[in-house]
Amino acid sequence: MVKFSEEKLKEVSELISHYPEGKQKSALLPLLHIAQEEFGNWLDVPVMDYVAELLNIEPIEVYEVATFYSMYNLKPVGKYMFEVCQTGPCMLRGSDDIIAYIEEKLGIKPGETTPDGMFTLKTVECLGACGYAPMMQLGKHYREHLTKEKVDRLIEECRTNANSLN
Amino acid sequence: MAIKKVLLEKDHVEGIRYYETYRREGGYRSVEKAFKMSPADIVEEVKKSGLRGRGGAGFPTGMKWSFIAKPEGVPRHLVCNADESEPGTFKDRYLMEFIPHLLIEGLIVSSYALGSNTTYIYIRGEYAWIVDILEQAIAEAKNNGWLGKNIVGSGFDCEIYVQRGAGAYICGEETALIESLEGKRGNPRIKPPFPAVKGVWERPTVVNNVETLAAVVPIINMGGEEYAKIGVGRSTGTKLISACGNINNPGVYEIDMTISVEEFIFSDEYCGGIPNGKRLKACIPGGSSVPILPANLLLKTAKGEQRMMNYESLSDGGFATGTMMGSGGFIVFDEDQCVVRHTLTLARFYRHESCGQCSPCREGTGWMEKILKNIEYGKGKMSDIDLLWDIQSKIEGNTICPLGDAAAWPVAAAIRHFRDEFEWHVLNPDEAQT
Ligand SMILES: NC(=O)C1=CN([C@@H]2O[C@H](COP(=O)(O)OP(=O)(O)OC[C@H]3O[C@@H](n4cnc5c(N)ncnc54)[C@H](O)[C@@H]3O)[C@@H](O)[C@H]2O)C=CC1
Ligand SMILES: Cc1cc2nc3c(=O)[nH]c(=O)nc-3n(C[C@H](O)[C@H](O)[C@H](O)COP(=O)(O)O)c2cc1C
Ligand code: SF4
Ligand code: FES
Repeated sequence: MVKFSEEKLKEVSELISHYPEGKQKSALLPLLHIAQEEFGNWLDVPVMDYVAELLNIEPIEVYEVATFYSMYNLKPVGKYMFEVCQTGPCMLRGSDDIIAYIEEKLGIKPGETTPDGMFTLKTVECLGACGYAPMMQLGKHYREHLTKEKVDRLIEECRTNANSLN
Repeated sequence: MAIKKVLLEKDHVEGIRYYETYRREGGYRSVEKAFKMSPADIVEEVKKSGLRGRGGAGFPTGMKWSFIAKPEGVPRHLVCNADESEPGTFKDRYLMEFIPHLLIEGLIVSSYALGSNTTYIYIRGEYAWIVDILEQAIAEAKNNGWLGKNIVGSGFDCEIYVQRGAGAYICGEETALIESLEGKRGNPRIKPPFPAVKGVWERPTVVNNVETLAAVVPIINMGGEEYAKIGVGRSTGTKLISACGNINNPGVYEIDMTISVEEFIFSDEYCGGIPNGKRLKACIPGGSSVPILPANLLLKTAKGEQRMMNYESLSDGGFATGTMMGSGGFIVFDEDQCVVRHTLTLARFYRHESCGQCSPCREGTGWMEKILKNIEYGKGKMSDIDLLWDIQSKIEGNTICPLGDAAAWPVAAAIRHFRDEFEWHVLNPDEAQT
């Protein structure tokens, strides 16, 4: 069943209190972030419908927004998502090679997930880290000044973490 | 020459991210001073400072503030634009990450000046950890009486909330940002009406960049006239420049707009020159939307004068031989870099980020990417270069928001200054990228 815990529901009402009376729709983007985190890192239709119910808006208003913004995943993704920047300034510092190296290491192309569901590779546009290129986003944080060795270590790190979680 | 720093002066003080240290170093003085002034006086000081919007458009901040409508009984809002997504730009991030209280302090003074009791920071969704930093700074400020009800006995109430975006460059455009803050897709609105008249929830709203709002702190501390003495001409005060690409010291620098482009690139105090003894080929000095310039026109204007790091000098010569200060995202190319390939990444970026409302932008950005891809991958024809020129010229000026222009200008400038490189790709398909 799609339902937030009591604690999360408190967070939701706190969020809604940031806006004027009747403007609770403003909480939609932050709420979708929370929902995505809570329900398996992507937004399935029942999840979006639940968010619509919480905000007392039409489901279509949620779908419109979820499909517009690139950070909402509309299908399942791997446990770890490597979001590598490929825009000009990163390209000048070798992002093409890093992307190619990850493709080779993980045996997947951008947009794909490894068969074990562990890694998704995604190419993204400028993340505001151009001076620390090449770089990627991994979860909440940025990994900067990437080299092949660093990529190797990151993959190791993720595998170890995943094992210790099981 | 050491320059006067007014924003990043304390960025290396240990613990400056936290309230105790920030306050000990003189933080929140401008709030104390501001509350002894009337809101109108503060607007006047900001006008005197000559401060121009640091988000890229360079619109005079004091003037914008004085335009805010004040209909009876309708709340007004200040919104801080922390969407920072222009390729090459990472200055606001630096400020928020390392001296978050400077922004909070500037927001309190600005909110008071504008009469905003609820102020929002709209931050790009990817800066997730910075949201935590800001929220912590806000909580610290609140615990110490700088936010909430009746701030330090002034009778002024103010709350600041951080709102996270979710990955869309267009939400940096102020009207798209407002739509997004209302929980909608980031589709820009037609201006006028400007947000100052009709903004978030149809209320008068001022949207300002992070750096602009942080600069209000030194302006109030030293007075508008003193601040205006830093810099030159209409480029008053200091500017944060985020430098990247092929340089020895990428990073964020505070400059006083009196130094030359040459000094900025080659001096050890700033970029520290080009790595591996390579030569400077070109530079995009103000974020991906501004025109690229080849080294000769970058270092000297067409009139043969030294080009300086300020609004007027960078735009000297118009688009024919000049460029723009823009957001201060300074992207340097060494001699090995391919302008066609770089332009292709930018075209892809703008196609990806177009909101799709206007056909010239939606379709044009897609066509430009496709043609550039053909040229880059050895499948281009000579006539494609003219076609590309034709398409970009038809996007410019024919769209709701300037994203269309921002997509057109880099392509136009690349062809204008590096046509030979495009032709080389057409003539040498065998050597093309595969
Ligand atoms: N920092 C970044 O990441 C990015 C910055 N940009 C910059 O954004 C710029 C374009 O921004 P726009 O907001 O479209 O420029 P604009 O020139 O329309 O407006 C600039 C500011 O002045 C205000 N303004 C202008 N005339 C006004 C009037 N008569 N009354 C009240 N307010 C008025 C606007 O509301 C806005 O806040 C570009 O030059 C580009 O450099 C673009 C992309 C990303
Ligand atoms: C496509 C587009 C993206 C923009 N992105 C940003 C941004 O990320 N940050 C920003 O401060 N201004 C951005 N702007 C400019 C804003 O519309 C607006 O001019 C600015 O926030 C006003 O603040 P300022 O006067 O302090 O510069 C963008 C404009 C356009 C057209
Ligand atoms: S110019 Fe592009 S981004 Fe701006 S409103 Fe039109 S389609 Fe949207
Ligand atoms: S271009 Fe990659 S972070 Fe900006």
